[in-house]
Amino acid sequence: MATNRVVGRPFCGTRVITMPDFKTKLAILLGVALSVVVLYGFLYLEREWEIGALLVMVPLGVYFLRRTNALTYYQHAAREMPRFTWISFVLGAVVLIMLLRHDDFALLMLTTVLLYATVSLGLTIQFGFVGVVNFSAVAFFGIGAYSMAALNQHFVFLPDLLIIFFSGAISALLGALLILPILRTRGHYAALITIAFGILFRTFLEVNDVLGGPQGLKVPALEMFGWNFGNSFPSEMGGGSFYVAYAIVALVLVAIVYLITRLIESSWLGLNMDSVRLDEVASAAFGINGPRWKIAAFMLGNCFAGLAGAVYAAMYGFIAPANFNLSDSLLLVSIVLLGGIGNAVAVIPAAFLIVVLPEKFQVIQEYRLLLFGIVVILILRFRPSGLMPRGLRQYFAGRFG
Amino acid sequence: MRQTVLQTKKLTVSFGGLKALNGLDVQLYEGEFLGLIGPNGSGKTTFFNALTGIYRPAAGSVLLHGNDITGAPPNKVYAYGITRTFQRLRLATSLSVLDNLIIGNQRNLNLGLWHNIFNRKSFKRQLQEQIQISEELLSRFSRDLAVHLFKPVSSLSMIDRRRVEVCRALISEPNILLLDEPSAGMTPDETRALMDELQDWRVKYPSLSIILIEHEMELINKVSDRCVVLNYGEKIAEGRYSEVSMEPGVRAAYLGED
Repeated sequence: MATNRVVGRPFCGTRVITMPDFKTKLAILLGVALSVVVLYGFLYLEREWEIGALLVMVPLGVYFLRRTNALTYYQHAAREMPRFTWISFVLGAVVLIMLLRHDDFALLMLTTVLLYATVSLGLTIQFGFVGVVNFSAVAFFGIGAYSMAALNQHFVFLPDLLIIFFSGAISALLGALLILPILRTRGHYAALITIAFGILFRTFLEVNDVLGGPQGLKVPALEMFGWNFGNSFPSEMGGGSFYVAYAIVALVLVAIVYLITRLIESSWLGLNMDSVRLDEVASAAFGINGPRWKIAAFMLGNCFAGLAGAVYAAMYGFIAPANFNLSDSLLLVSIVLLGGIGNAVAVIPAAFLIVVLPEKFQVIQEYRLLLFGIVVILILRFRPSGLMPRGLRQYFAGRFG
Repeated sequence: MRQTVLQTKKLTVSFGGLKALNGLDVQLYEGEFLGLIGPNGSGKTTFFNALTGIYRPAAGSVLLHGNDITGAPPNKVYAYGITRTFQRLRLATSLSVLDNLIIGNQRNLNLGLWHNIFNRKSFKRQLQEQIQISEELLSRFSRDLAVHLFKPVSSLSMIDRRRVEVCRALISEPNILLLDEPSAGMTPDETRALMDELQDWRVKYPSLSIILIEHEMELINKVSDRCVVLNYGEKIAEGRYSEVSMEPGVRAAYLGED
């Protein structure tokens, strides 16, 4: 039976489209399928002209979908059934991983995308919700990675899942120290403090012999649920690279972190954070304790970075100070800017573009930072709210704002 | 004898060498509509900022129902039931009208992690409750505005934004409302409409005390029970508008006569 749902917000002046339930689901599934095909193309194709052709086709495709109203239709559907959309995309990603299960390099890229997206979701909470700039995201990513390495070395008896959580917690706690000077400064000065911290962190690693100095540390492969992540999958299980397991862990991580981010956004917590960002003085006049929300957002965002860093360290098997440069922090900030500040969904395609494109185009690889600089300038000039601007706040699917 | 709600004693605020407020004694009675007038730079807004904890007084004290609240931070002052509007609107324009009103009702929100993140059913109940309260409050001010509850504030006209700001200050049912020049940027008709709506509100909540900063003398004359005149951070006159406006000191300082 097809029950008609009202799609879109009746009070927002948006066009009200009604569509039956199964059509809503179909729209979402089509969207997921299309995304999987395009992402598969990006990861699978190797010749530069093929990637180039795909790069030209995607904006044309988006334009076509927008002209035919298919995109609006899909957006309404996704807004109407967020849980179904979330599950479909997670399953779509599993399909993508399975399709690429023999391709080490593609899986490595995909996992990196998912981990960077996790960190960017943390930045979305910090920068997009509460308005605290953080140019040292990679330092917290690194704290997570080094915690993973050190805890694995010194506390062999701890299960790896617990170590991942500890790494996130350590990142959050060290971040709590940094927030103190940030709370006492405004605007550019707060940004400078975080930049200084990022540089400080790297220098600290280089001179610290306990943490391996410039040579870095080795990290053993994860061991969870009775499975050693260093092993590739045997042929009786369908075969597959050992990266498959890491990709799945990264997927679970990003899915949970995304869910948390969205739940925060669509609650009083997110409302208060937005209010602090938009006008701290007016917020304070209505009882909103700005510092409290800044501390909460900063710690949570850094916790996400730490969790991602821990998985990253285990996957690479080796970490060194050179992996955690200021330029990588800028890369993460540019993911948030490219996607759309404060829009949690947007960081995933943006992370994809920023991570995968340079790997595919050797030309870009050399001038990576130069090109990102240009991209950021173009975005800030022509589309300051990003490729996928954040919409009006919404608490629940359907009617409630 | 009416009860004193708010009292400042020798309240002084200084910026460097300048005394923006100099030993100010003001009393506010329960249910009173007090007009605060004075030329530009006489310290009216500074007085509000000192009351609401944005500025810290250098000397003197603020008593609320006889309790000393001098130097309390803004969020405490709000919890004591003092809310305000701003001379230049300070709404979150990219958020919806509903969101702005809910921000004003902060002290009635449950900010617990469990309630917000995990128990979405109870959160939804509270949201529905807030929507209902907001809708009722808005339609008391303007029926047309209540329809725009889910629209961003940036899509509203000036008077509607003022209304939203006043509603944001009223939604938590405060004891004291501080209005900082609500007529700024509005036509006299719009201002009158807003004031009528406020008077209706006072009928329903007779214990609400209001301090109004205003340049429109006609408006002050019409709505205020009593006036305090400031000049260079000092009180130069106090009383009914008709009396105050006749005093030579006030006329010299403010009404432009020698």
